[in-house]
Amino acid sequence: MWRSLQVTASALVFSAAVGVPVGTWLALTRFRGQRVLNALIYTGMGLPPVVVGLVVYLFLSNSGPLGNLAWLFTIKAMVVAQVIIATPLVVGVTMSSVRAVDPALRVQLRALGATRWQATVAALVEARFGVIVGLVAGFGSIISEVGAVMLVGGNIDGRTRVLTTAVVLETRRGNFDVALALGIILLTLSFAANLIMVMGQGKLAES
Amino acid sequence: MTSAPLYTLRDVRQVYGARTVLDIPALTVQRGEVLAVVGPSGAGKSTLLRLMALLEAPAQGEMLLHLNDERVTAETASIAQRRLLAMVFQRPALLSRNVRANVAYGLRLRGERNGQKRVEAALERVSLTHLANAHPRTLSGGEMQRVAVARALVLEPRVLLLDEPTANLDPYNVRLIESLIREQHTAHETTIILVTHNIFQARRLATRVVLLLEGALIEEGSAEEFFDSPRDPRTAAFLSGEFVY
Repeated sequence: MWRSLQVTASALVFSAAVGVPVGTWLALTRFRGQRVLNALIYTGMGLPPVVVGLVVYLFLSNSGPLGNLAWLFTIKAMVVAQVIIATPLVVGVTMSSVRAVDPALRVQLRALGATRWQATVAALVEARFGVIVGLVAGFGSIISEVGAVMLVGGNIDGRTRVLTTAVVLETRRGNFDVALALGIILLTLSFAANLIMVMGQGKLAES
Repeated sequence: MTSAPLYTLRDVRQVYGARTVLDIPALTVQRGEVLAVVGPSGAGKSTLLRLMALLEAPAQGEMLLHLNDERVTAETASIAQRRLLAMVFQRPALLSRNVRANVAYGLRLRGERNGQKRVEAALERVSLTHLANAHPRTLSGGEMQRVAVARALVLEPRVLLLDEPTANLDPYNVRLIESLIREQHTAHETTIILVTHNIFQARRLATRVVLLLEGALIEEGSAEEFFDSPRDPRTAAFLSGEFVY
């Protein structure tokens, strides 16, 4: 259970650290080929996790280009796969919510003496609800992910077994009661995490 | 008052795509005046104001702003120099925070932590003290525009740029905002540049008036001259309301 949280938390932190700035930047700049990039990001939001797992597996396997990192069947490999799955979600949702902020607002803030940076931060703060939805979506995809973490983590007992992969294993063994209990724990964790994020959202709304 | 002009424009042209929206051979703005820029919509008034607010640079020509013995352009102005200006737009875009936070925003940008008194005074001036904790989406159009005026006035700008600040407002709000503009001018000698299509408003507020038509400067003169003895027949036509464009 703690491993589940550890993997989820680190993957979410990485996804947010990359996804929020990239999404904001994409929302506020215009360049050639942007539509194609948007389509790619939206595709990324629906990446089949097993395919991500397979590609990460191939890259990290002994004969793969990153094989000498020896990350395969470790937590690190699982986090890598999760970040690849969740980042497009965070980027895509951040991008569309920042884009929904009235463009006139940034101009008016500039005319009140905001630097470019300050006006961009203000736009991101305006888009805060959308950004949090993006993080919630990223969190949801990470904590519920099975296929990719099974492939690259190997579901090794005491090392890379997480709640979802444990549920798969216990179900196969016929230990339905254990599997069900694990499932309930997973749901409770997910609910608790979302509750914290929603509370944070409420706090932001008051400020 | 110093004799050095505040703005000097020379051969300024602004082009959007293939369209020339502004073409002004020469124009100066003096410190401490209330300059009204009038003309029908699409005349280039707002473009001129955006240039003066340093929000964009002209495609051709030169617009200089004289601040503290320095001459700056949209490209060279430092953030500290930009912060001597404040602009109010026709359609106010407010932050989704309460009214007080909106009024305080400009001061916070400037890192002024002890601005509460100024914020409260500004709210008082625009008669919004009772709505200080309200969210902008609950305000009427007139109240929103007063928030926008307050967030500019609280900065005590050297130059106040107003783009149709009372368009589409009811008479009560028009009068309130006009009296604030007048007060700001007499009390602080703030230079005010007011874009309006309303010649009555220009007449009530301006010390000098400029008429723009299709991006060209048609007439420029003191308020008296402009309204009482316009030189250009197009000015007379515009003033009498029979202007065709």
